[in-house]
Amino acid sequence: MNLLEPIVQGILLGGLYALFAAGLSLMFGVMRIVNLAYGDFAVLAAYGSLVVINVAAVNPLVALVVVAPLMAVLGYVLQRTVLQRTLGASPLPSLLVTFGLSIIIQNALLLFGSADQQRLSLGAIDTASVELPFGVRVGVFPLGVFVLAVILLGILSWITARTQYGRLVRAVSDDPDTVTLQGANPKIIYGVATAIAFGLVAIAGVAAGIQTSFSPSSGSMLLIFAFEAVIIGGLGSLWGTLGGAVILGVAQTVGAAFAPAQQILAGHIVFLLFLAFLPNGLSRRKVRA
Amino acid sequence: MLNVSGLTAAYGQVTAIRDISLAVDAGGILAVIGANGAGKSTLLKTIAGLLPATSGTIFFDGDDITRRSAFDRVRRGIALVPEGRRLFPSLTVQENLQTAFASKRKGAWTLDAVYDLFPLVAERRHRRAGNLSGGEQQATAIARALVTNPKLLLLDEVSLGLAPAIIADLYARLPDILAQGTGILLVEQDVSQAMKVADSVHCLLQGATSLTGKNLTMADISGAYFGVDKK
Amino acid sequence: MIPSLPLRAKGLETPEYTVRRWTRMSIWGTSGLGVAVVVMALLPFMVNLSVTYAMIDFFILLLLAMTWNMLAGYGGMVSVGQQAYIGIGAYAVVVFADTFGLNIIVTILLAAIVSAILAFPISFFAFRLVGGYFAIGTWVLAEVVRLIVVQFPQIGGGSGVSLAAMSDLPKELRIAFSYWIALGAAVIVLVVCVWLVRSRIGLALTAVRDDVTAASTSGVRVQSVRRRVFIFAAAAAGVAGALVAISTLRVQPDSVFSVQWSAFMIFIVVVGGVGTLEGPIIGAIIFWALKQLLADYGPLYLILLGIVGIVFVLFVRGGVWGAVSRRKRLELFPVGYRFSRSDKDGSKQAP
Ligand SMILES: Nc1ncnc2c1ncn2[C@@H]1O[C@H](COP(=O)(O)OP(=O)(O)OP(=O)(O)O)[C@@H](O)[C@H]1O
Ligand SMILES: [Mg+2]
Repeated sequence: MNLLEPIVQGILLGGLYALFAAGLSLMFGVMRIVNLAYGDFAVLAAYGSLVVINVAAVNPLVALVVVAPLMAVLGYVLQRTVLQRTLGASPLPSLLVTFGLSIIIQNALLLFGSADQQRLSLGAIDTASVELPFGVRVGVFPLGVFVLAVILLGILSWITARTQYGRLVRAVSDDPDTVTLQGANPKIIYGVATAIAFGLVAIAGVAAGIQTSFSPSSGSMLLIFAFEAVIIGGLGSLWGTLGGAVILGVAQTVGAAFAPAQQILAGHIVFLLFLAFLPNGLSRRKVRA
Repeated sequence: MLNVSGLTAAYGQVTAIRDISLAVDAGGILAVIGANGAGKSTLLKTIAGLLPATSGTIFFDGDDITRRSAFDRVRRGIALVPEGRRLFPSLTVQENLQTAFASKRKGAWTLDAVYDLFPLVAERRHRRAGNLSGGEQQATAIARALVTNPKLLLLDEVSLGLAPAIIADLYARLPDILAQGTGILLVEQDVSQAMKVADSVHCLLQGATSLTGKNLTMADISGAYFGVDKK
Repeated sequence: MIPSLPLRAKGLETPEYTVRRWTRMSIWGTSGLGVAVVVMALLPFMVNLSVTYAMIDFFILLLLAMTWNMLAGYGGMVSVGQQAYIGIGAYAVVVFADTFGLNIIVTILLAAIVSAILAFPISFFAFRLVGGYFAIGTWVLAEVVRLIVVQFPQIGGGSGVSLAAMSDLPKELRIAFSYWIALGAAVIVLVVCVWLVRSRIGLALTAVRDDVTAASTSGVRVQSVRRRVFIFAAAAAGVAGALVAISTLRVQPDSVFSVQWSAFMIFIVVVGGVGTLEGPIIGAIIFWALKQLLADYGPLYLILLGIVGIVFVLFVRGGVWGAVSRRKRLELFPVGYRFSRSDKDGSKQAP
């Protein structure tokens, strides 16, 4: 069996997962919030694009230009009004609230949409493919998503490493009280971080909606993939997360090459192996939770 | 510049400072002294806005800031060097100083100016703050507060855990800071050190003022410090 | 007679102190619940079948909520993966009853045991994660269990399997029988929870939840205490799954392994009052009543549950029980400690 092709496809799939994982890991890194509704917000963005496409007859990428900023605003407002109140020593409140949001979003989508699988389309690009060296054929769209993921993660990592906002983000995850002593309002830092995470999840959600199909309940699976990528990559490291996402993607596509029905299980098993033998993931750094 | 009157603050149900009144002028130094647990740090935290006042008022430059948030007070020119330094361990020394740009205050204390004041900090600028010695940390913490260009600098136990030579070195910088017209409110365990630099002294005992004034003698103070005359 | 143990402080001229665990309130509460259990045991003779059937659901929810509360409320382990054991318990009954022909009661015990055994290795994976990531981790583990179970065509693969063993019983008898088992299981789980909270494990758990580092440095074997509770909760969820199987006679992987179970447990505990023994009972009553009234509305009902849950987390942290018992220190179970000073003449006064 030629494994080269599934491996390359897995790497590209990892790009998509990295987009998901980056926002999840950003929210955890900055606010210690594990957003259980994260995947559902991705699906919400995909449905949002569907609405824009139907109303304005544009393609999904144009719809994304509308939806991503809207999701970012939603993220900011949600953080300031709801999630901010759940912050504290115990992770329980934020978990419960985001789990509640997950249920609300899934069922609201069921109520206003339908339980059917939906798909966004870019027309010919959906099925277009290019030939890479060694005769590997890959889809143009997955390749584009991978490149986009690398670019976005690069920007995100530049922001955290080099800008004033990035410094404050790192400072606030060390010690929020002392950040106020520098004249910054942690609530705004949190709000902006959530906005960035939600913008990313909108992009990821629409990309996933073009690459595969989605339904009101598919958010849970997206959350789980993002989580697995984060843990495999090691908490608190953006490039580690990309590595983790790629490993997860390859595990799934290679698993599927052997047993087409076992794609997801193969990913889970690789995740569990990492959890058992490399609990800090690819990065060696330990992060308090 | 700073006018505190009748200030009371509590941790939950427990009142930690009670009915404190004091004032600091531009270019002046007031030292707050008292035994462990007297409420010195609590007083500074309440002035900085990290702890809400349960009653009393804090006026700064004529404005009532009692209900203002901590970051707003920083933007108005109050900087706290907290007990235990509280640097951001995962940031470099320079990045720690840069976080103070969030105060959006301009003035004499640029990065270069604080590096001039603390050459040791300048030397360590690319080191992670988590890997500094106690003296370096304290200097960095003061430098970081200065970058907010404060009108009022609150210093909490600068000398804590440092060697006498380093303490003397840090205290030797105070005149340069005062020269910018900054007022200083400092908390100190070491009474003689405090008396040396301060214009006036405010002594706390179990959360309340036990003595306040200028040119006090050690005899006055030891009574107020340990509460001997109260028993 | 109120059981009490006298504690004598040596030396000083202090009066004697008595530590009591039972209060008048908890005596009444516990006996009241005892009476309620007896009345409920007679219920199948008094009400019609559909009520009895709905009550089975209540007990299933109750025992799930009580054990989830032990995990999250006392142990700080926010599991979103209890459905793993619900599913395993349900399948265990089918396999042991239909394939091996064992007695139904025995299969329920086996469901608990199999779930507990499964929870042991799972705990080693889950305990590598903390806080929020623990939650998703348990969810992934439940997914893995589901994905493995559906591999086996012998137990129906992805489409599920029916339980044949009890289908020849008359419907009335079968439902009454399931009801009594469910009642018995709920009572046993309740007693174990009360005992756990009263015992050193309960103290250790709360210590671990409140401050892991402090608890571990003060000699609490953190992981071992948490693991025991994790396994107990799994066993109880296994029983819940077994009850689902014998009351519905049908085991479908997508429904027994549904994350919705976790949503329901969480809702019950949050609304009732997390970290108290009384909370899950009250929450289960509220949830069950809402379900009877509104479940026909489908998604709308679930949206409502989500909103109510969030409102409770944000504004009523202690849940209904917390709000009721805030003013007075109410407790239905003898789990607290009360100190009172008995003077020389033996009269008691509050400190
Ligand atoms: N975070 C807190 N929560 C509850 N009580 C506190 C807290 N911080 C301080 N206290 C209490 O408030 C009182 C005053 O403490 P504070 O730290 O202000 O004293 P201090 O004068 O700064 O002492 P030291 O010289 O040891 O630094 C003490 O009784 C202390 O136990
Ligand atoms: Mg102090």
